[in-house]
Amino acid sequence: MGIEFRDVGKTYPDGTVAVTGFSCTVPSHRTLALVGTSGSGKTTLMRMVNRMVEPTTGTVLIDERDVQGLDKVELRRSIGYVPQAGGLLPHRRVVDNVATVPVLTGTPKRAAREAALALLELVGLDPALGRRYPTQLSGGQQQRVAVARALAAEPNILLMDEPFGAVDPIVRRGLQDQLLQLQAELGKTIVLVTHDVDEAFRLGDEVVILRTGGIVAQTGTPKEIMAAPADAFVRDFIGSDRAERSLRTVEVDGLSLVVDGDGRPVGVLE
Amino acid sequence: MTWLNANRDYVLDMLLQHVRLAVPAVVVSVLIAIVLGRIAWRWPRAGTVVLGTASLLYSVPALPLLIVIPVLLGISLRSGLTLVVALAVYGTALLAGTAADAFRSVDARVREAAEAMGYSRTGLFWKVDLPLAVPVLLSGIRVVTVSTVSLVTIGALVGIPSLGNLLTDGFQRDIRAEIVTGVVGTMLLAIALDVLLVGLGHLATPWRATLPKAAAR
Repeated sequence: MGIEFRDVGKTYPDGTVAVTGFSCTVPSHRTLALVGTSGSGKTTLMRMVNRMVEPTTGTVLIDERDVQGLDKVELRRSIGYVPQAGGLLPHRRVVDNVATVPVLTGTPKRAAREAALALLELVGLDPALGRRYPTQLSGGQQQRVAVARALAAEPNILLMDEPFGAVDPIVRRGLQDQLLQLQAELGKTIVLVTHDVDEAFRLGDEVVILRTGGIVAQTGTPKEIMAAPADAFVRDFIGSDRAERSLRTVEVDGLSLVVDGDGRPVGVLE
Repeated sequence: MTWLNANRDYVLDMLLQHVRLAVPAVVVSVLIAIVLGRIAWRWPRAGTVVLGTASLLYSVPALPLLIVIPVLLGISLRSGLTLVVALAVYGTALLAGTAADAFRSVDARVREAAEAMGYSRTGLFWKVDLPLAVPVLLSGIRVVTVSTVSLVTIGALVGIPSLGNLLTDGFQRDIRAEIVTGVVGTMLLAIALDVLLVGLGHLATPWRATLPKAAAR
């Protein structure tokens, strides 16, 4: 069950190879984080799930059904999609943005709007913001709306395309916490694309590190990858050589203080 | 003013004729330009040819066009339809490029997200592309409207009545007040329609009222 990439590849007509022979399974209710630099094919892979991109080889299956055999529009409506910053409909009020997919699938407008207001609350926004247009919200608020919108049709699957990439680190942290909390309650099957390793480790149950051309550098849980980076590329990518990753403890007044490679304290060992 | 008072019914009649010629011509131009602009946006290569041909039409001189159209369509030279077709040709020529720009002005991130959410192709056009193209489209429609209102006057030369008749008649009979009325009347009509368009534009794009002034432009 869940999502399965079965030996998928994507070569564009101009000869660019975005992905080659990628296989991976995302079990239901788990989060897969695809992480890599630009050109690593991570977005291409995610977009194969809702058929925004068609693989040139291999198949993508959802609950053991080939997505190729499903109606594109219906498939997309059944999957929650959280776009990058700037993906809200600028001409629709926030509440109508959230209600988009339910309205598309025939839910009466009033009921869809009421449900949308409740969703705004779920993602930590004042429902009064529903009357505003997206441009009247901060970047962080807009991405909360994007998450609410993706949840509106109660999908089993969420696709997230660098959802928190354009907000500042503190806001990003808040959004990540919110997502973790929501995920603990809702248990969606999530494919998350990010170029931020820390985000991938924080949000992903399973992390796939990709190198240029969609080649897998390493797959594993954050712990596995951190404990045993497969090669120099992964070590460099996750920054295991960085000072803030090489932690050690020092004894101060009977407490075990954790300090990083530069000797700066980062916490207390319990 | 005495001339205008004495001929009020005549002037109002010509004004009405003028509107009846200009408005359909603009409406037809807008519809055709949107179709051509969409084609040019969708298939850029074919679009270059389409837009090139369209703008070339603008260089066809007006009087020969007014002679050719009745021959091609088998309608009377003096029929208002002749002028409406001619003006629609010019209007389309002016607007097609702007229409293509209008579709290009829609933020790709918004389109993509909308598509990924499950808008069908037609839904994407009517609910996302078209409303978001309105601001740029409207700027083009305003130009075409003013230009069309002023071009309607040439119909008077081949006997299609409009405010242009005040000009031809005024020159022939040397009635200065009539000429002035024709010129001012045409300009006022153009301004009135422009104001109307700006108002409609505001109604069609309520979200833009919330933008900071610099971004709204």
